[in-house]
Amino acid sequence: MNFKEIKEKLKTKTVGIAGCGGLGSNCAVALARVGIGKLVIADFDKIEESNLNRQYYFWDQIGKVKSDTLKENIKRINKDIEVTNHNVFIEESNFEELFKECDLVIEAFDRSESKEMIVRAMSKFFPDKMLIMGIGMSGWGQNDSIKETRYDNLIICGDQASEISDELPPLAPRVGMVANMQANVALEILLK
Amino acid sequence: MKITLNNRPETFESTSMTMGELMRIKNFTYKKIIVKVNNKIVEPHEYDSTILNENDIVVVLHLLAGG
Repeated sequence: MNFKEIKEKLKTKTVGIAGCGGLGSNCAVALARVGIGKLVIADFDKIEESNLNRQYYFWDQIGKVKSDTLKENIKRINKDIEVTNHNVFIEESNFEELFKECDLVIEAFDRSESKEMIVRAMSKFFPDKMLIMGIGMSGWGQNDSIKETRYDNLIICGDQASEISDELPPLAPRVGMVANMQANVALEILLK
Repeated sequence: MKITLNNRPETFESTSMTMGELMRIKNFTYKKIIVKVNNKIVEPHEYDSTILNENDIVVVLHLLAGG
């Protein structure tokens, strides 16, 4: 498939991204660059200086709403991508409405509680859709530890071992690797 | 009995066991866990009443923070 054919096929596809932080912002940008038809992005948060070590935002965007700003940044990369953004805290009660039109959903949360919520919500509302999660990406080095694991309609990208802490912060290289792996799996599914 | 646990084959001497017993044998004591048996979520209060059968596909996911 050449790039023209790839773009033609992706044009009809919609990907949901739950969270616009380190995973979500980088994954969205990768999918935008290859020409996904539509992205549905959601996050309740605002950009902080501490986010700039890994998230796809800029110094002059500190204080802005993440989902609005990610949409702006996506449009600066590829103006043809349709983006629907929601400035909301994603929970089970609004999950179905937010992501019902998506062909698949990317999990891009930081908190464990939200990661748990999305597994439950997908299984409840969209049992036949693929969920692509990012689990384990803190620290630096150890390229080999980052892998993809498939369980039925759940795909995990990450080392599944490193948890964030003060001594093991999430940093651009490994978070970006996992975010791009998630985008890569999404492409593999959508281009089938 | 044989089951698949996190994509790996596992063999146990007993002919049946509960999800709760498997959690204890494997020492799965993470803070945030999701358990699926044959792609259905099993809640913590159901671990001890969920009987695992031959060839069941069990996934125990450790939901680490970070992203």
